[in-house]
Amino acid sequence: MLDTPGRQIEMAEKYISRSSEIASRLLGGEVMIMSTADSTFFTLNEVASAIWQAADGCTPLSEIVADKICREFDVDREQAQRGAERFVDELSQHGILLVSDQPLWLAVESQ
Amino acid sequence: MTTLPSTAEETVSIEIGGMPIAMRTHDPSFRRLIENRYAGFVGTSPHSQLEFDIDLYEPSDAASARDDIDDELEVKIEAGEWLLRRGDFRARWSPEASRGHIRQSPSPYAIDAVLRIVHSLVLARQGGFLVHAASAIRNGKAFLFSGISGAGKTTISRLAPPDTTLLTDEISYVRRQGNRYLACGTPFAGELARVGENQSAPLSALFLLEKGLQNRIEPVGATEAVQRLLRNILFFADDPALVELVFQSACEFASLVPIRRLVFVPDQRVWDIIC
Repeated sequence: MLDTPGRQIEMAEKYISRSSEIASRLLGGEVMIMSTADSTFFTLNEVASAIWQAADGCTPLSEIVADKICREFDVDREQAQRGAERFVDELSQHGILLVSDQPLWLAVESQ
Repeated sequence: MTTLPSTAEETVSIEIGGMPIAMRTHDPSFRRLIENRYAGFVGTSPHSQLEFDIDLYEPSDAASARDDIDDELEVKIEAGEWLLRRGDFRARWSPEASRGHIRQSPSPYAIDAVLRIVHSLVLARQGGFLVHAASAIRNGKAFLFSGISGAGKTTISRLAPPDTTLLTDEISYVRRQGNRYLACGTPFAGELARVGENQSAPLSALFLLEKGLQNRIEPVGATEAVQRLLRNILFFADDPALVELVFQSACEFASLVPIRRLVFVPDQRVWDIIC
């Protein structure tokens, strides 16, 4: 990720996975999610829906941004990465997305 | 307390949405109260899908009876049995045995609440639901008019033309049947204080009510439709599996039944655009 032109910042990679405590559904091109723990309801726009659908626990977030967001939605990579990080933070705070700095199957095995 | 064996004469079958529920009580005056309150929904079928034995208790005074109704409702499943509890009733029900027991004050509100909860739990497993909505049949088609208190459910019901059959002005019963939905009449009345007709018809549309300056129908996006529908579905249980069922039912419903916004003035002409 770049903060100023030409300066590379190393950031820990993130791996994201959908929580099992949710119900979700794609309808009219948008994903709707309901937490089965507290019935909180979320709707995701097209970009967020693409991240959600790619959240398999083993694809790095940066790769999701590059392959699914930048290519399909024609957005700048830096901007897309920032948006994706915000989205992931928000959903993880609600327990809707699980986040790890290693592939989630590894994280589960190491516990 | 010992429960004496009940006889057929002590049973009243209440049939809502085509589901007969047998209610047994030794108290003849309470039986008459049930028969009057649910007139039009008292079934004659000797077979019932669920059976409840009712034990009555007297609240200490009128004030405490009112407080009991305002108590928080608790609905949970334990060891395969549903437990329902509010100040004025305690009920348990085994879906596997299709039998249950209610201990309640002799108030009609208690049995009304139990019926709503039991139907909502049964419907959830069948892709249906109870929803805060008025509903009516016209020309063989059923329409739902959904909204929170004050949105106009009773108003739209009052304005219905004479060739309309009112199913309810308060709580609608939606049952899934293959790839369509049926709206069924309910005895759960709102401000009209009039029990709905015990009839059903295929559901044609759900209208989200909104009072305005002119009558018009507007499209509603899929996510808004589901969100608004979920807000109005009666949901009692603190149970993740049931939350998921209700969520999926709302999504299925929104994908099969047109959901529109009905902006209306309190005037009979609103019914001209409902079709």
